[in-house]
Amino acid sequence: MKKTTTQAKKDSSQIDEEKRDFLFVTTAGLAIAGGAVTAVSLVNTMNPAKDVLALSTTEVDLSPVEEGQSLTVMWRGKPIFIRHRSQEEIDSASNVSIENLKHKATDDSRVENPKWLVVVGVCTHLGCVPLGQKIGDSKGEFGGWFCPCHGSHYDTSGRIRKGPAPLNLEVPPYKFVSDDIIKIG
Amino acid sequence: MKVMILSPALISGATSDVKLMEQKWPFNGIFGRFDESSLQRGFQVYREVCAACHGIRHISYRDLKGIGYTNDEIKVIAADYEIVDGPNDEGEMFDREALPSDKFVGPYENDKIARLANNGAYPPDLSLIVKARANGADYLYSLLNGYKDYPENFEASEGMYYNEFYPGYQIAMPSPLMDDIVEYSDGTEATQEQIAKDVTSFLAWTAEPELEERKSLGVKTLFFLILLTIMLLGVKRKIWKDVE
Amino acid sequence: MSKDTEKKGITSWIDERLPVFTFINHNLRDYPTPKNLNYFWNFGSLAGVTLVIMIITGILLAMQYTADTDLAFDSVERIMRDVNNGWLLRYIHMNGASMFFIIVYIHIFRGLYYGSYKYPREILWMLGVVILLLMMATAFMGYVLPWGQMSFWGATVITNLFSAFPVVGDYIVTFLWGGFSVDNPTLTRFFVLHYLLPFAIVGVVALHLVALHQFGSNNPTGIDVKSDGDTIPFHPYYTVKDYFGLGVYLIIFAALVFFAPNFLGHPDNYIPANPLQTPAHIVPEWYFLPFYAILRAVPDKLMGVLLMFAAVAVLFLLPWLDKHRVRSAQFRPYYKQFYWLFFIDCMILGWVGAMPAEGIYVTISRAASIYYFAFFLIIMPILSRYEKIGELPSSISSAVLSDKFDKGTENYAK
Repeated sequence: MKKTTTQAKKDSSQIDEEKRDFLFVTTAGLAIAGGAVTAVSLVNTMNPAKDVLALSTTEVDLSPVEEGQSLTVMWRGKPIFIRHRSQEEIDSASNVSIENLKHKATDDSRVENPKWLVVVGVCTHLGCVPLGQKIGDSKGEFGGWFCPCHGSHYDTSGRIRKGPAPLNLEVPPYKFVSDDIIKIG
Repeated sequence: MKVMILSPALISGATSDVKLMEQKWPFNGIFGRFDESSLQRGFQVYREVCAACHGIRHISYRDLKGIGYTNDEIKVIAADYEIVDGPNDEGEMFDREALPSDKFVGPYENDKIARLANNGAYPPDLSLIVKARANGADYLYSLLNGYKDYPENFEASEGMYYNEFYPGYQIAMPSPLMDDIVEYSDGTEATQEQIAKDVTSFLAWTAEPELEERKSLGVKTLFFLILLTIMLLGVKRKIWKDVE
Repeated sequence: MSKDTEKKGITSWIDERLPVFTFINHNLRDYPTPKNLNYFWNFGSLAGVTLVIMIITGILLAMQYTADTDLAFDSVERIMRDVNNGWLLRYIHMNGASMFFIIVYIHIFRGLYYGSYKYPREILWMLGVVILLLMMATAFMGYVLPWGQMSFWGATVITNLFSAFPVVGDYIVTFLWGGFSVDNPTLTRFFVLHYLLPFAIVGVVALHLVALHQFGSNNPTGIDVKSDGDTIPFHPYYTVKDYFGLGVYLIIFAALVFFAPNFLGHPDNYIPANPLQTPAHIVPEWYFLPFYAILRAVPDKLMGVLLMFAAVAVLFLLPWLDKHRVRSAQFRPYYKQFYWLFFIDCMILGWVGAMPAEGIYVTISRAASIYYFAFFLIIMPILSRYEKIGELPSSISSAVLSDKFDKGTENYAK
């Protein structure tokens, strides 16, 4: 009886220290690991769901797009700019000296087929959608696209040439499944 | 099992008094798993028999991966269905082949047409049917095998059929199954009982496609928790040793 | 507290300005707790943990759910099928509601047995009843959200209860619905309130804890703490006991979630809501069944509704109905028997609540309802006047000690 009270009256942290043995540490470790796995699997519910992922590829039929015309399609909630480039536009894109570019990339490296340029239509500056798809739009000083938000100019290869944007327009993953059909994503 | 009395699932009005034909389902129990070949046969039965009147609108074609189809096979299956999409750039709706990402196309455009085509009765969507009935799998299996002639002195209504498992005994659906109504490609004999079993399994899967994942995760979780709890008991005993 | 002065650096800097560490130390570490608490004292912390689980899963579910009559049912099915681990999230939340009520009901019955509502813990008890009421409202509205048949008809029946009140009844119901039937405005406001109320519960729980720590926990003997010898620090003794209890609880919880997730639910709720067709039997969730039984026991609509509300409201009066000076039923032989009868009575009420309201069930539910109220309004006041008791142990320590003598060496006393 007397022992009980004196033991119990010890400072809690002191007792704490004494009990910190092997069993204590493994149990705590196991509990923390279990908690972490639970937390991760619950937070995982916020990642894209299966129905969202199922829509992450899009097939586009290019046959109706004439030379010089553009097409905008949606892919993963973002606009994709597809331009059927004229020979002139291809030449102006490939004749640029790489050294002068802000974000160095050859036109060749940005297309599967030089006639078709496929880029994500989101300005790399702060995410606006550049102009240049519709007839009558300003295409900027380099004949590509012009972002009205902060004045970035893109050329006919979608590369940044002037303005605050740091990078070229992104090329999405895509491939030609036939001559006229591309599959984006 | 005194707790059973309290389960509202068992007090549901959706059952008649006749004892269900209880089956041994492979997906019951703690380690329950679906029988994949039975699910595929059941899917065939659904497509060839049930789909004429019943949809499974919560299922996408891509979900068929869960019963063992490959992506390419799913594309072919989906392409069999036509789906209305649009409007296109001309502002018109158009038909196109269904894609794996689409939900299963139902047999009717809307409820009204469904009722009109079925004498005023509405063929319910089947994707959740096994979960939406008490003892769903046994009930469904019994119902499919429970058609009988009207007993004497039973006042039969027109266009209704006698089924001893249906609440009120009169059901608007004619007996959908019989021997050899489908031909199984894997050589399984297509008796009515077998067909009913397969399609019930398939619909158990459409109701709970997460079942296998749930049960296997459950076994792991319980194992972990029991181990942890035993260890916590050890820690507790140690710490309390000097108090009692 | 010598530790506080020893603390160095950032901890003491913060603690001097905002005494969070002192607070934690005072309330969760050194906090003196009676040393004889049994496992029924685990249920308070279990309820707290369940509340946290419900809020976390609830917030994650709300990110995926759509509160619209056309979309709600399908959005729940999308959670079950397409959202990563969505089925787990929903089944935890769904069964968590049931677990929450099991825990809280046991917590209440424990308080009832050991007289935890008596002086000086009356407000502590009443705050607990407020929490129960908020939980009931939250659970009811949450059950409506999946917009299945039981959701819809449950909402219709329960909101219609208010139409029993004369004159204003119909206006109240229309007001609750935001229309002329349970429909989109109802669903939307239920969702908003279902999200809001749990945070109100958190607030009341905080007050509940403040009130608890004012006088500390009651204990199985119901005798006040007399000296330091009667208590032990909360940490590590009760923290580890709570952890162990939590482990056992989670095993039961997980068994339900993984292997019988729909056992406590109703199959009809997997049929989308249909305002034109009422299910054959409308049954509330199991945790409302005793109250539902009281409602149906009375042939008069208004009286039924009033009695049902009274069944909860009477709990508020408990500290003044039972004024017997002894807290614990351990030392009250008569109260103990009536208590267990009351416990069985509540089980019976739950059972008849699930049965159809006809024949023998009506009679049973009436008898059970009468005992329910008689226990509080007649038996308790009478017992507090006339129940004689033997001599009480002089302190917790001596009670614990004499308990050991009784069991081990009965002849020793002679």
